[in-house]
Amino acid sequence: MTAFTPTTTEEVREVVAWAAGEGAPLEVLGHGTKRDIGRPIQSEHALDLSRLGGITLYEPNELVLGARAGTPIAEIEALLGEHGQQLAFEPMDYRPLLGGGNASGGTLGGVVAANVSGPRRLKAGAARDHVLGIHAVSGRGEAFKSGGRVVKNVTGYDLSKGLAGSWGTLAVLTDIVVKVLPAAETEVTLALRGLLDDAATAAMAAALGSSGEVSAAAHLPQGISGTMLGGMLGDESATLLRLEGFGPSVAYRADLLKGLFPQARIDEIDADRSRAIWREVRDCVPFADGTDKPVWRVSVAPSEGHRLALALRMQAPAMVFYDWQGGLIWIRMEGGDPEADLLRALIRSHGGGHATLVRASPSMRAAVGPFEPQEGALAALSARLKAQFDPNGILNPGRMAGA
Amino acid sequence: MSGLTMPKPDAATLARRAEIVADMRTIVPGEGVVDRVTGMRAFETDGLTAYRQLPLVVVLPETVRQVSRILKYCNERNIRVVPRGAGTSLSGGALPLEDAVLLVMSRFNRILEIDYENRVVVAQPGVTNLGITHAVEAEGFYYAPDPSSQIACSIGGNVAENSGGVHCLKYGLTTNNVLGIEMVLMDGEVIRLGGRHLDSGGYDLLGLMTGSEGLLGVVTEVTVRILKKPETARALLIGFPSSEQAGQCVADIIGAGIIPGGMEMMDRPAIHAAEDFVHAGYPLDCEALLIVELDGPPAEVDHLIGAVEQIAANNGSTVCRISRSEEERLTFWAGRKAAFPAVGRISPDYYCMDGTIPRKELPRVLAGMRDLSEKYALRVANVFHAGDGNLHPLILYDANKPGELEKAEAFGADILRLCVQVGGVLTGEHGVGVEKRDLMGEMFDQADLDQQMRVKCAFDPNHLLNPGKVFPQLRRCAELGRMHVHRGQMPFPDIPRF
Repeated sequence: MTAFTPTTTEEVREVVAWAAGEGAPLEVLGHGTKRDIGRPIQSEHALDLSRLGGITLYEPNELVLGARAGTPIAEIEALLGEHGQQLAFEPMDYRPLLGGGNASGGTLGGVVAANVSGPRRLKAGAARDHVLGIHAVSGRGEAFKSGGRVVKNVTGYDLSKGLAGSWGTLAVLTDIVVKVLPAAETEVTLALRGLLDDAATAAMAAALGSSGEVSAAAHLPQGISGTMLGGMLGDESATLLRLEGFGPSVAYRADLLKGLFPQARIDEIDADRSRAIWREVRDCVPFADGTDKPVWRVSVAPSEGHRLALALRMQAPAMVFYDWQGGLIWIRMEGGDPEADLLRALIRSHGGGHATLVRASPSMRAAVGPFEPQEGALAALSARLKAQFDPNGILNPGRMAGA
Repeated sequence: MSGLTMPKPDAATLARRAEIVADMRTIVPGEGVVDRVTGMRAFETDGLTAYRQLPLVVVLPETVRQVSRILKYCNERNIRVVPRGAGTSLSGGALPLEDAVLLVMSRFNRILEIDYENRVVVAQPGVTNLGITHAVEAEGFYYAPDPSSQIACSIGGNVAENSGGVHCLKYGLTTNNVLGIEMVLMDGEVIRLGGRHLDSGGYDLLGLMTGSEGLLGVVTEVTVRILKKPETARALLIGFPSSEQAGQCVADIIGAGIIPGGMEMMDRPAIHAAEDFVHAGYPLDCEALLIVELDGPPAEVDHLIGAVEQIAANNGSTVCRISRSEEERLTFWAGRKAAFPAVGRISPDYYCMDGTIPRKELPRVLAGMRDLSEKYALRVANVFHAGDGNLHPLILYDANKPGELEKAEAFGADILRLCVQVGGVLTGEHGVGVEKRDLMGEMFDQADLDQQMRVKCAFDPNHLLNPGKVFPQLRRCAELGRMHVHRGQMPFPDIPRF
């Protein structure tokens, strides 16, 4: 495989224009931490953005940071950390779950292209909610921009949103401006112990419906909780509620939340261990087992998560745990069969949503469409959008929709 | 803009008007079709009242099926359609076209479902923004994006414009608070995007639709996020001897890691106009007034109030009042909320602009505006969403004086150019519509505009939805689709490969 490793936007444009002219498929990647998600791409050429790096703008008081798409996320997070700021959407690191990628662990472009978020997405929004502007090269080999460096911007179509979560199939991102926010002064996590999935879901709903300003809500059933923090939690189920902010506020809200659950057994997890446990939830560490047992990432309404999981487990062996108040379900299929048809039918009968097969062998990913299939007018619209950005179908062809 | 060029009306459509009206009556029986001039007058303008145009016919559907049939009918006959919510647009987004069906969504006015467990409301697009909050406030919830027209504007219109409001910095814009929509494409197909779950499973079509100003499809249902109302809210009213100091105070508040619920600034002319009107007790000897609102648990709010007070003092504040009651908090806001009518009181007309700038550029932009004010011999007052850099210059003029409207528009266009020059954008909240359409070239080059128009081609290839808005040029989709292909060498052959 030939790899092109551009260092300027013009070089990116040249490569894509050449590929479009030749009809030559390009695999587009940053560090490749997520290259094993989606249908395997058949191509002889890779467009490697890892050398298109560098932070180009950072104004903490303006809450704005701009960088080239190939900039390592770790570099950005380190700089933000020095100034007491963060990417509020808490992007997941896929390496524990998938292996792969180099030591630097993912780029800004990859995070936006895959709309990678974490537990705080529930409160603070997804990656796409923090993108203020982009420069990119379309599959036509044309450079364009959208947005800017300000939050309030309704000038023209929001192409930044259109490209977020497009997995490199519409355009190659070259520069991204993101909104950054203050990092919390401190945090604490309350863990309600011993709840079954339905009671946990009700508890999380009550917590999120309170004035506690919960920034993350996850449920680790028995069998999963024991794998967290090196076993420190013990194996009783743990329903986690994170509170972040200024010290006095966190203390007040912790009391408020405890008052919501007078009958519950509640452990209070201090700041350092709270950070550690949420990193493990964020990165799906319970399933980071070095195998390629199929792992699904499912998004449904919070009230439906546990019902869907129950229905699934009555028909196929699976381990599950929940984030986003129960609306994000991580599922590892213990029998080795991804059971895609069953899962997708259950999503339809539980109010809708989507499931993404984030880990599976290449042959399994080729056979089972990893992304939620679309039908009818919606599928046709998506196909038309793809054609408008990449008429010759050279950018990550076949990765999302069926070829 | 006074010589506003709109797409030439289609003669064939005009000639067939009677037939089209009759066919619309078949699709929407009863009172849902208005074709007499007296009835259509109510719809000939939106919030940009300088521009008026009677449509071909006004149609007010009640069901999704009717919307689908109307669009399909128009698509098959090449008839243009202008969608309309409540008609509060300040940029002419709902300005009719002589040969277009004006599709009014106001009869879609029901809240369909309130789901407290998942914290969403499912509403029809004609429900007002404030109507959503009213539906859930008894349980202590609210819908966060709060444009100042919220008592009248529709949630469907909010989606079309990606509306904002005072609380955007902390709570986001419409696009950050909408979880799903049902919409009808120009060919009549009904599709659903999102729902009660988070994120899209495919392309973020919902993100593209939000803020698309009625050009990509017609929204027929909206699912929005509702939030628990903060336990308390308190405000500070802070006066400064200069806008530089006020601006630095804003920067320091953000730099201290504080994200206020709202942060608004007014300049001297705006302060005086507001005080003369509502007597809220604003200090009259300040160059800039800052209203900072902090919301959340009492412990947090009290802590932050103290911090902001100190930051204000460090920046030379001459006045700093802290609200001690809900009534006092509302009094602080009274002047700011009345700023536009207050300015309307001291001038026969005013033209409200909307641009966004990086916050730190405010003193420079205000100075630039003072120069422009002299150049055009028109007064200007400024209201500024200090939290997110969205600026509302209010240009005072008298439409009865020949040439003053044109001068006001030219002044406004120069302000927007200045916003773009300092790294900002043409519009933060009001949308492009017709008002800023011809300034799009200030921000985007042809390649940028072409790529946006290609998105349009995916949704509405016949260019029938809301033509003449947002984009200065109509380019045929076939033309946009042409690829200039250069077959040839592999790019940069010297670079080693592996």
